[in-house]
Amino acid sequence: MSNRIDVKKTYKLFINGAFPRTESGRTYEVKSAKGIFIANPCLASRKDLKDAVVAARAAQSGWNKATAYNKGQILYRIAEMLEGRRAQFVDEIVTSTGVTKIKAEKEVTESVDRLVWYAGWTDKISTLAGALNPVAGPYYNFTIPESMGVIAAVAPETPSLLGLIEAIAPIIVGGNSVVILASTKAPLSAMSFAEVIATSDVPAGVINILTGKKDEIAPWMASHMDIDGFDISGLSAKKHGELKIAGAQNLKRIYSFKSADPGRILAFMENKTVWHPIGL
Amino acid sequence: MEEKLSFEYAPAPESRAVVSIKPKYGHFIGGKFVAGSKHFPTINPATEEVLSQIALAGKSEVDAAVKAARKAYTTTWSKMSGKERGKYLFRIARIMQERAREFAVLETLDNGKPIRESRDVDVPLAAAHFFYHAGWADKLEYAGLGTTPKPHGVAGQIIPWNFPLLMLAWKVAPALAAGNTVVLKPAETTSLTALLFAEVCQQAELPAGVVNIVTGDGTTGALIVNHPGIDKIAFTGSTEVGKIIARAVAPTHKSVTLELGGKAANIVFDDAAIDEAVEGIVNGIFFNQGHVCCAGSRLLLQESIEDEFLEKLKIRMAKIRVGDPMDKNTDLGAINSKEQLLKIAELSATGDSEGAQRWSTPCDLPSKGFWFAPTIFTGVTQAHRIAREEIFGPVLSVLTFRTPQEAIDKANNTPFGLSAGIWSEKGSKVLWSSQQLRAGVIWANTFNKFDPTSPFGGYKESGWGREGGRHGLSAYLKGVSHE
Repeated sequence: MSNRIDVKKTYKLFINGAFPRTESGRTYEVKSAKGIFIANPCLASRKDLKDAVVAARAAQSGWNKATAYNKGQILYRIAEMLEGRRAQFVDEIVTSTGVTKIKAEKEVTESVDRLVWYAGWTDKISTLAGALNPVAGPYYNFTIPESMGVIAAVAPETPSLLGLIEAIAPIIVGGNSVVILASTKAPLSAMSFAEVIATSDVPAGVINILTGKKDEIAPWMASHMDIDGFDISGLSAKKHGELKIAGAQNLKRIYSFKSADPGRILAFMENKTVWHPIGL
Repeated sequence: MEEKLSFEYAPAPESRAVVSIKPKYGHFIGGKFVAGSKHFPTINPATEEVLSQIALAGKSEVDAAVKAARKAYTTTWSKMSGKERGKYLFRIARIMQERAREFAVLETLDNGKPIRESRDVDVPLAAAHFFYHAGWADKLEYAGLGTTPKPHGVAGQIIPWNFPLLMLAWKVAPALAAGNTVVLKPAETTSLTALLFAEVCQQAELPAGVVNIVTGDGTTGALIVNHPGIDKIAFTGSTEVGKIIARAVAPTHKSVTLELGGKAANIVFDDAAIDEAVEGIVNGIFFNQGHVCCAGSRLLLQESIEDEFLEKLKIRMAKIRVGDPMDKNTDLGAINSKEQLLKIAELSATGDSEGAQRWSTPCDLPSKGFWFAPTIFTGVTQAHRIAREEIFGPVLSVLTFRTPQEAIDKANNTPFGLSAGIWSEKGSKVLWSSQQLRAGVIWANTFNKFDPTSPFGGYKESGWGREGGRHGLSAYLKGVSHE
């Protein structure tokens, strides 16, 4: 073992179900908590973001059309795949963040459990948030939550895996597709998570993951006219105002979240009300 | 078809004796009417008669209103039980019902809409909104926002001129039921029914400062939006102003709901009940002179029925009675303002210059006031301005399609997403279409229906949030996980 030269992984982006390098050719250096070189992940460009949004837009209606049962099984499948690769994720978290193995194990466990929790929401959220409205007239009238479209997100720096999953899961439960920027300092588990997604029957383009700088990519996400919503929980509150100003150009729904609850799913869903007359 | 139908109706004017309009109004702050400093006239758009002088609120008046609202919130309204708050709302609903005719006449005089509509739609629905929300006041813990949902505090509310009293009710009723106090600004051209509503608040003995009404123009609105003493902004109006508000509040902690513009597609499939669909299209675009954010302003006709449908539509349109809004037989009243009339005329002119074919009903328009004959444009393409921009007038753009998917693609090809209509006798096609359409309100085999229990609001650039129902109530409560 000791004399073997190990085979290191090239960390790339995850766009439309494939693992391209950034078109810009830019990378940045990621070091371990102890200062040792780990990898040169991609420094995603504005063009990479555009490509990811194109893929996300193309994938969204198909994902939205999948039955709630099917979506739930796919989310559960992601949890299954992650569970099977626990050791790898624990190693990566320990290496890149310097936390203890126990703490890293806890983060991976919570990540798996959070996916299972969200998997169960796909076929319950409409029941919870929908309504049959008793209008004063001979009309059948109901309100249901529907997918919003393409949602961008910035994952928090830490916890790098759990934070990423906590952002992705509620967005896709709602039938949306997502383009997410991973933790800048600890992007390894995000890119390994892309491999989990790639083997979980998630249709290509539904989840797209970029690595790079928040200060570059977040404003591009905020001003992109084909992004419908933006989860900015992973960004400092000081940045929220300017991003919301940029997002007003297409009245993007921009939110930050404090906890995992059904409100997080519903934030990126639109309520649709349908009327139809009742009569002979 | 071109012959003028001579179906004579004897005039049936509603009496205006039921209203007494003061020559000059102030603001309603802290439960009292206070004199304004500057004034501007409000006119009857059907006659150009000056009805009264309306006060223009500046910084000091807005400050005073916000201060009164804050005081009422901290000392009275937030301490009162939901049960008691609800009783005030029930009282308001009942008084509005009692004074319904007065409200309807005043609305028609100030706005120009037909008395038939103010009497049968605006005022009864406004009262119904108060009655509905009254019942929520003591049931907020069941609204799905946690066991202890909290109001925001002071809500700043800015409403448009197309449904002045109804939009007031959509804003004030849920705000008060949830426990907020309000500073409301009616639109510049239609302040009178809001000021009459202030009298209703007095008659209901609503605690001073719970509802404050300041009148004025966009400058007054901006003072409210930017006021640091306001916790929540609710706005109904244009998408352009909605974006300005979104930017203004972005760096603050103010919560915002926006109900903005639309360019709704009203889709008629070849299997629709044609006569019903014709009625629905007419209602969809000519209700309230087309001054409706959710108006069905784009008719999407299946190509195979185009000729038959347009012929029937023109026959029906020729029967629309345009004229004196106070006449109970009138279908289409006055355009609300000279400014709006110019905007409608200008956008319609682009329909001509961009190559669409205009047809207007052969009706006589009154010599005074602001009028626009019911108009349709055929041969409209998706690139035409009249297919993309909100005209907010009695102007319908007609496009055609061949397949259901093409209809959906065209319907969704807009930055707006407020409403849409579907006409088909086939249930599965109606449900399929309602799923595909990217809009907050879908009317299938009906159009322009509203109810306090029914959430209303838009996708995309048509706004943020809903009004009506449990979903609308949540806009006035904290308790959701995001900000």
